[in-house]
Amino acid sequence: MGKRSNEPFLWMLFSVGGTIAALLLPVHVFLFGLAFPLGWLDGPGYEALLALARHPLTRVYLLVFCTLPLFHYAHRFRYTLYDGLQIKHLNELINTFCYGGAIVGTAFAVYLTWSI
Amino acid sequence: MAETITLEVQRYNPEKDTEPGLQTYEVPLKKEWVVLDALNYVKDKVDGSLSFRWSCRMGICGSCGMMVNGEPKLTCATFLTDYAPGTVRVEPLKHFPVLRDLVVDITDFLAKLSRAKPWLIRKQEKPLAEGEYLQTPEQLDAFKQFSMCINCLLCYAACPVYGLDPLFSGPAAIALAQRYNMDSRDQGAAQRLDILSHSDGIWGCTFVGECTEVCPKHVDPAGAIQQYKLTATTEWFKSMLMPWRGE
Amino acid sequence: MAIPTYYPPRAYRTRVSTYWWLRSWPYLRFILRELSSISVAWFVLVTLLQLGALHRGPAEYARFGEWLRSPLMIAGNAVALFFLLFHAITWFNLAPKAMAVRIRGKRVPPLFITVPNYIAWLAASLFVAFVLLRG
Ligand code: SF4
Ligand code: FES
Repeated sequence: MGKRSNEPFLWMLFSVGGTIAALLLPVHVFLFGLAFPLGWLDGPGYEALLALARHPLTRVYLLVFCTLPLFHYAHRFRYTLYDGLQIKHLNELINTFCYGGAIVGTAFAVYLTWSI
Repeated sequence: MAETITLEVQRYNPEKDTEPGLQTYEVPLKKEWVVLDALNYVKDKVDGSLSFRWSCRMGICGSCGMMVNGEPKLTCATFLTDYAPGTVRVEPLKHFPVLRDLVVDITDFLAKLSRAKPWLIRKQEKPLAEGEYLQTPEQLDAFKQFSMCINCLLCYAACPVYGLDPLFSGPAAIALAQRYNMDSRDQGAAQRLDILSHSDGIWGCTFVGECTEVCPKHVDPAGAIQQYKLTATTEWFKSMLMPWRGE
Repeated sequence: MAIPTYYPPRAYRTRVSTYWWLRSWPYLRFILRELSSISVAWFVLVTLLQLGALHRGPAEYARFGEWLRSPLMIAGNAVALFFLLFHAITWFNLAPKAMAVRIRGKRVPPLFITVPNYIAWLAASLFVAFVLLRG
């Protein structure tokens, strides 16, 4: 067996995360980022949203929503930095920044969806 | 006097020049002339020292790939009239070292190609007397598209990742590995996996997709690479879950 | 058989410019597609902050709502929406290339993969909207 990297694993996270991001993020940004703040639509109030977030299915949903897309971002942005700026030699720094960020975000997501 | 078109050709003489420069020629503009005809006109009538590769003039041999107005093209399939009026700039294929004028060094690609083992691998060869390995039309269809590659290297010239990272295996080599992996007569997928699946092989590809756009034979190397990533990922999980399985 | 000596020729090598992605529209479109990943991270972050505010009580949550209404956040989210739509569309359109699905030996046409993807996208979006808007 030659040099086996963990690249396949990271690529799979990238793919699954990318699919989730494509399916779900646009509607979230539209509603929470634009439609509710601008008053185009009436969003749920504090109590309703909290109740919703505490539903077990929503917890699972939010956990997936807030973790896998982060690994999609980490993988893609890492290569954008490599190729777009030609800084592959800063490999370790970039990896720490991208995947470190995704891991910190994941930790927060676990904590919040658990304790909310 | 018949109509003409201006040809700007990149010249480079390794014995004299420190870097390449453009030279301008006026060539007849004929409806049936391709860029390669114009280059041959220059070589025959104007300057015999102009160097470039070609052979078949019909999109089969894959040796006449050059940059035409900045895009990788088979010069035997690129008509002058598509650029008239205006100038036609002919440069050697991007991302390869230039040996002389329009001739590039493709040693790197050849090494990568042979590492991808583009031939049928059998665990056990069967004796010649037993006849050929049979295949159904459906089985042929599974890899036929990838077998159309003529090694013209337009895809390498279109691939920024190859330009940035010469270790990357590149589109055609991976598509050709996939051509044999998908062949029902082949049993060498595991051998190719090790070569292609370490980080320089396929993972450098970010799916820019331009290789597929420029390919004159509709090989779709970009698709081949993504499909190979899926295969490699599946194999990776198998080897994680069943480390004893081995090859 | 003697192995021929290889004399490396004196070749001219070019270097790819750092700004190669500005050189043509397909390359620029590619880099914009890749940059959509920033919008992905951005809105996951906003969602995490929102959950945090929700967790800390109504007063915090009201302040968070105020922040979302600031022009800067509106502009940021508008840009994010643009990039996320770009991501979704390119992602679904490229999916048939990455997956060679065969049924009875024949490769299924690209639309057979793209169309279900779009339907799933629509269904997921409507479902999320329904859950949040049902009143
Ligand atoms: S894949 Fe297409 S562009 Fe690349 S070498 Fe083969 S025929 Fe040429
Ligand atoms: S001369 Fe053979 S492919 Fe153009």
